[in-house]
Amino acid sequence: MAYPMQLGFQDATSPIMEELLHFHDHTLMIVFLISSLVLYIISLMLTTKLTHTSTMNAQEVETIWTILPAIILILIALPSLRILYMMDEINNPSLTVKTMGHQWYWSYEYTDYEDLSFDSYMIPTSELKPGELRLLEVDNRVVLPMETTIRMLVSSEDVLHSWAVPSLGLKTDAIPGRLNQTTLMSSRPGLYYGQCSEICGSNHSFMPIVLELVPLKYFEKWSASML
Amino acid sequence: MLGAECPKPCKGKWPTPPFDPRFPNQNQTRNCYQNFLDYHRCIKTMNRRGKSTQPCEYYFRVYHSLCPISWVQRWKEQIKDGTFAGKI
Repeated sequence: MAYPMQLGFQDATSPIMEELLHFHDHTLMIVFLISSLVLYIISLMLTTKLTHTSTMNAQEVETIWTILPAIILILIALPSLRILYMMDEINNPSLTVKTMGHQWYWSYEYTDYEDLSFDSYMIPTSELKPGELRLLEVDNRVVLPMETTIRMLVSSEDVLHSWAVPSLGLKTDAIPGRLNQTTLMSSRPGLYYGQCSEICGSNHSFMPIVLELVPLKYFEKWSASML
Repeated sequence: MLGAECPKPCKGKWPTPPFDPRFPNQNQTRNCYQNFLDYHRCIKTMNRRGKSTQPCEYYFRVYHSLCPISWVQRWKEQIKDGTFAGKI
């Protein structure tokens, strides 16, 4: 989950998020290189007594600083589009889970077989046990099997919300009357935290999401116990 | 109701609705609604012809997996009251 003084993204939990991390590293490096070059040139310009007032044409440098940025943009666009198409690949989910946003909690429905549904409220700060995370823990976590492709359908029962889990690279708007689909695949077990990401009223900051990714056998035991 | 087999290429029990190329994008609202309509139309037609409604189970499984419970309940109420907007 997020930690104090965090600068970068959370550790990736899905292959797509890993790709996004690498892409971000690549693009940010380009940004740093260009910024340092520009700052260096500015510093050179400001620290010399030499002047040159007779520039008439600069064909060569104009060509270079047109072609080079075009190349750099292509070097950014190609990996970006690769990841975009990767996110859109047709995969065959093994499980469908629905999440409905409410003011101010999420509810989850697992209806592939029986009707399993429950609400997930934030645990108030005054009721936290030692070691639990403030504003992030919930009473009923979303238990899911790891290493399986899961279809998440996100909607809302009242106003706009957004269902986000940063370590999986997921953020999907919850819109009343609309069913938005996203795909969830976690490479490892664990607890993954997220928060509502669309302003939805007074307790918008107090409706977190906690995914508990477990091996399939534990998921089956849990779902049987929840019915 | 749980007797539907999964569509042809797969073996075993029903896992979850397969990819439907009629609804390839993020917005799956119509996928849910269309299968709900198709189930009720299928039941109505099969009953009218006196045939078994077993083939309709596929549509049931799909809409049951995809549609939020509250939507299904609301639509069922509307069908009972005669105010459902879809053509069944």
